[in-house]
Amino acid sequence: MFQSRPLVPSALGLPRRVGARHSLRAIWQQHWLLYVMLLPALVLLALFNYYPLWGLALAFVDYNPFGGLAGSPFVGLQNFATIFGGQEFWQILRNTVWIATGKIVAGQVAAIVLALLVYEITWRFYRRVLQTLTTLPYFLSWIIIGGVMVQVLSTTGTVDQALAAMGIRPIQFLGDAAIFPWTMIALDTWKGFGFGAVIYLAALTNINPDLYEAAAVDGAGRKARLWHITLPGITPTIVLMSCLSLGSVLNAGFEQILVLYNPVVYQTGDILDTYVYRYGILQANYSIATTVGLLKSVAGFFLILLSYWLADRFAGYRIF
Amino acid sequence: MVRERGLGNWIANAIIYLVVGFAGLICVLPFIHVIAVSLSSSPAVSSYVVGLWPVGWNLDNYLWMVRNQQFFRSLLISLVRVSIGVPTILVVGVITAYPLSREDIPMPGRTAFKLLLLFGMLFSGGMIPVFLTMKNLHLLNNLLVLVLPGALNIFYTILLLNFFRGIPRDLTDAASMDGASHLDILFRVYMPISLPVLATVTLFSAVDHWNSWFDGILYLNRTDLWPLQSYLYSLVSTKMIQWTGPQATKQVNEFLNASPDGLSAAFILFASVPIILVYPFLQRYFVTGLTLGAVKG
Repeated sequence: MFQSRPLVPSALGLPRRVGARHSLRAIWQQHWLLYVMLLPALVLLALFNYYPLWGLALAFVDYNPFGGLAGSPFVGLQNFATIFGGQEFWQILRNTVWIATGKIVAGQVAAIVLALLVYEITWRFYRRVLQTLTTLPYFLSWIIIGGVMVQVLSTTGTVDQALAAMGIRPIQFLGDAAIFPWTMIALDTWKGFGFGAVIYLAALTNINPDLYEAAAVDGAGRKARLWHITLPGITPTIVLMSCLSLGSVLNAGFEQILVLYNPVVYQTGDILDTYVYRYGILQANYSIATTVGLLKSVAGFFLILLSYWLADRFAGYRIF
Repeated sequence: MVRERGLGNWIANAIIYLVVGFAGLICVLPFIHVIAVSLSSSPAVSSYVVGLWPVGWNLDNYLWMVRNQQFFRSLLISLVRVSIGVPTILVVGVITAYPLSREDIPMPGRTAFKLLLLFGMLFSGGMIPVFLTMKNLHLLNNLLVLVLPGALNIFYTILLLNFFRGIPRDLTDAASMDGASHLDILFRVYMPISLPVLATVTLFSAVDHWNSWFDGILYLNRTDLWPLQSYLYSLVSTKMIQWTGPQATKQVNEFLNASPDGLSAAFILFASVPIILVYPFLQRYFVTGLTLGAVKG
């Protein structure tokens, strides 16, 4: 967002660099506190972000929990071969990308539509109440939402009871492998669309009201104004959000699925993260699970870099 | 906004109000159902006749909830977690962002540090290596695991950094001229200006900490160390009450009288209360918080 600005020349009018050693010492004497301030973050980064990277070595051995890493035989790319050779990994990858993409598309569309509708509401009280109601689920954990939805969507739940009362066959939202991914997409959209609309509403309120006045004078109707003023006004935001969302096509929502899935829907509902957890932590297959995790980390890393690059290129967005 | 007249527009407006109203309704109805379930008698809940209004009004589910020892223990752990975790994130974030934001001071290593930060945010070792790290650091079954690994929150640090960068250089220059130290500048110049962003980080990280549950499940084998939301997981994930503690049998007998759905409904509502309480404050900082969402992706 901000480019680094030119350095302020020293107040004494000395040239900025009087030989590297001298200036280094001068900087240290004046500003040693700045380095001390970075120390806690450096320690935390080292411990919790960089130290774990040694564990990626597990992907290249047949890990033996009793012997530790040193007591485990090196197997080269065997684990990768096992994963790529089996059916399971490809199925899980498909599930992950499918659920994540569905969530991105449905979530963005719902957020944009909600923002456009809320923008049209002139009764401020109504607008405020509705914004409050639609945004609230975003801030509740998936445990809470999951607990609520299990009660609402299970075969004995409210929705199926209501369907039965209308003579419609109950739908197994959480217990049918063909429906489960759609349920996940719908629930995620339901939880996030209100908060997602906030960014579009912020963009909408930045549109110059004079444009609407001028359009009205020119006789533009409601539809014309939507197409020619409102939508172009939020297009940069739509482009930005689309670029950034590319970084999350491998994140299908670990917590949500962990709360709501069950063995019946593993075939369509199991994603990379839940697989790593179940296979690695619960069943102690450390090497295979680490390998899957490593593949996800590497691919995810490049996807995020690509998304940042696209966001910078097309929307002028920088994180720093 | 331009106001339109005429029947067509009136109808369009009516439809818009109805659709948005419907959207609000589907957001709130599930919670009303859960409130109704929590206040209903256990036979009514077990036979699934409760809709949006309690059947057989009573407070049994809440009484069972508060009679449960694990409830208070996990609540206490959650409260301690939030009250230690949030200030930690805030302090680490501020003292990290300040030196990085002072680009007027040449500081060898700053760019390298930023890259370390960025790479740390974008690349993770994954669940298993991180889990083994916690094991090696003796953080398994240690309550510090709930606070320490998240103490440096890179997203919030970048949010603070970007805000600090927007602070006019004239202010810091003037303060330096008056002989102010870095700590003076940080506390007397930066902090007062940064209240909105500090409030944003405080509120969002408080919600994060209150809502976190998976780290509890993953790193704490002893269920008596679980925070409230981790404990809630054991109630809702199986839709049954699991008891793993030594006091299991006694309490199971007592709990058999409660319907699992009714009890977890009471827990769910209780765990939502703090979020609803901070929600009005949270709403004020949505737009600042959006920057976070955008970075997180």
